[in-house]
Amino acid sequence: MTTTSDASTDLPSTEPRFESVQQVRDALRDAQYLADDGIAGIAYLADRLQKPILVEGPAGTGKTQLAKSVAEITDARLIRLQCYEGLDESKALYEWNYKKQLLRIQTERGGDEKSEDWTDLKDDIFSDEFLLTRPLLEAITADDPVVLLIDEVDRVEVETEALLLEILSDYQVSIPELGTITAKQIPLVFLTSNNTRELSEALKRRCLYLHVDYPELDREKEIVLAKTPGITENLADQIARIVRSIRNLDLKKAPSVSETLDWARTLMLLNIETIDEQTAKDTLSILLKYQTDIAKATKELSVDD
Amino acid sequence: MSNTVTPGSHERKQGDMLDLLSGFVVELRNAGLPVSLTENLDAMEAVQHVPLEDREAFKYALGATLIKNHAHWRSFETVFEVYFSLRGPEYKIAEGDGDTDIDDLWREMQEAQEQGDGNGQGGMDGMTPEEIAQMLMQALMNGDQGMMRAMAKQSVQRFAGMEPGRPVGGTYYLYRTLRNLDLDNMLDKMMEQSREDAPGDLTSLEERLEKEEYEDRIEKFKGEIEAEIRRRLVADRGAEAMAKTLRKPLPEDVEFMHASRDEMSALKKSLGPLTRKLAARLARKRKHKRKGPLDFRSTVRNSLSYGGVPAEPKFKAPKISKPELIVIADISGSVAAFARFTLMLVYAIQNQFSKVRSFVFIDGIDEVTDFFKSTEDIQEAIHRVNTEADVVWVDGHSDYGHAFEVWWEKYGKDVGPKSTVLLLGDARNNYHASQAWVVKEIQKKARHVYWLNPEPKSYWNTGDSIVGEYGHFTDGVYECRNLRQLESFVDLLA
Repeated sequence: MTTTSDASTDLPSTEPRFESVQQVRDALRDAQYLADDGIAGIAYLADRLQKPILVEGPAGTGKTQLAKSVAEITDARLIRLQCYEGLDESKALYEWNYKKQLLRIQTERGGDEKSEDWTDLKDDIFSDEFLLTRPLLEAITADDPVVLLIDEVDRVEVETEALLLEILSDYQVSIPELGTITAKQIPLVFLTSNNTRELSEALKRRCLYLHVDYPELDREKEIVLAKTPGITENLADQIARIVRSIRNLDLKKAPSVSETLDWARTLMLLNIETIDEQTAKDTLSILLKYQTDIAKATKELSVDD
Repeated sequence: MSNTVTPGSHERKQGDMLDLLSGFVVELRNAGLPVSLTENLDAMEAVQHVPLEDREAFKYALGATLIKNHAHWRSFETVFEVYFSLRGPEYKIAEGDGDTDIDDLWREMQEAQEQGDGNGQGGMDGMTPEEIAQMLMQALMNGDQGMMRAMAKQSVQRFAGMEPGRPVGGTYYLYRTLRNLDLDNMLDKMMEQSREDAPGDLTSLEERLEKEEYEDRIEKFKGEIEAEIRRRLVADRGAEAMAKTLRKPLPEDVEFMHASRDEMSALKKSLGPLTRKLAARLARKRKHKRKGPLDFRSTVRNSLSYGGVPAEPKFKAPKISKPELIVIADISGSVAAFARFTLMLVYAIQNQFSKVRSFVFIDGIDEVTDFFKSTEDIQEAIHRVNTEADVVWVDGHSDYGHAFEVWWEKYGKDVGPKSTVLLLGDARNNYHASQAWVVKEIQKKARHVYWLNPEPKSYWNTGDSIVGEYGHFTDGVYECRNLRQLESFVDLLA
């Protein structure tokens, strides 16, 4: 059923990893990641179309975890590139092992002179042996299956984004001294972004777009149930509902899924069966991280009318 | 969701599919969504990998390849629903041919009802409004999705009074249906019911949670009604005709003066990323500015190390001119939303200016700079502007002339050669004296004076609008109907 498009003919063919959307979803569930239809469907498509996924959404909604879980279910190694302001080629792509190159030249000098031509030496010191691979290069040269995670891509400057373009569209890296290194296999690539700035059109165009938002009530409840062993259904339900209620407030930072889970664990440790107002107020500081937010939520939750 | 094969599964054929998708992309572009050629090709490839019968999967496949900005998702969804509304089994309008799950459900429900009170009438037509309300309440309280959907369908059929070919928009039918259902009252009744059902007294926390749950369900139910109306409209007049009227504008294209409550909150949400983007762009603009003029002194001093040859020219550091901004905004009813957004935007990027002062007026004028200084929360500051600012002098109808006059007396001396003055409003002066000389005086002293008008250009200088009279003395009058125009103005300003 698959017709290869022109763009992918020169790429190495990789066997599809997934059979169906349902399979992705079930596998993710077994790996304790509760995906909705959208997430599973797009992961499946990314595999079939051999395209990277750009995952966007508020902090703490499991964007990074998605990449980790996919790596887990496909038995792949996770290669992670954490982005930050000032990230450059030598940290993201590759770097020449300068010290080793120097040593190599030194040893040449030590032997009888003029035994080796400069051109030979040059070819020698600019070879694989002296190349330090950084995450991006490592991901495409790997022999074993890998999942590449480019985390918080919105943190790099717009100019640095261009570094990623070649690898994202053609799965290759050009090194001036060596030529072009093409991928041996197509890795699954995830880029995450907290949407602190608009990414460039060029980058977006190369990716499938997935927006991960705070989960719906039922899914959040399921997540709490799955990730907090021993919790009662009743308590999980209450937690999910209170968290939704808090997210409806106009806060600086709404509670994320990971904070919901922290809260659930805390309540378990405190042996609390049902949440009343007092417990909710006492433990709010786990859900909310700003003093103004806590004050606001406390006020809202204790309204009597 | 049912997975039966569509009657229209012959559409699988490549050619048809291509036509269908290119039509869809054209429709998206008409709605203002940017879709590039590569994305179009990706979408074509993507749909080959999903089963066409699965509508949700189909939607996600198209969404992931075509839409790369979450703020555009709602517009995309609307276009999708309209364009594909008549394709797919569960979306066909079944009137009596009970072959879908929902119709089965509906029948079951009615049977139960009949057994309950034994009035053996079929269809919703035979029921009194009270009975319908009762049934709807049951459905909402149980949170039964299928039932709610069936209720939505039946309510539209009964209450909307849709007539084929009648050129009325969807909102009219929505209003008619909702008026008959009286959902606000429903919420109170549901709360009462759950208070009765509870074993003990509900604590205020429990009550709050219950209420939110019900509100959520009612919202969903409204969504179902809206979808049903849309389906019927499309069935009546065809997807092409309806696409235009049902189109939802992108948040940045929503007009400030006519935004609905939903659109307002969408606007607020998209303001955050937009200002971050804008601030980043402005900062970069500053950084990349060319070098300053030649610094002769420093060049000569440096030439000493080259034996008096000025080998290395030195330049002065470029002067970073940050304008001082004075915002004077009309906050009377008609343009309040616009003033709010402009103030929010200006304060969000205030570090791009050396100083920002803001004044608001209706017929009296008041300074609100301190509201923004005392808190970091812009929303809260805006709230205080709305509630605390002393802007009414006589009757609370806009009087630009008086406001400007008072402002000039009190603060005119603060305008200097570094100040940029922004005047916001529609200049609908209710036929008061214009006092345009104030603007003329401001222009003499200030670096720039701009006027931003949220009305479409064609309305300017009609009726009591005298924007031309003021505009004569400004450096430019700009139309700012939506976020996009506002953004491009601020870009120019800083």
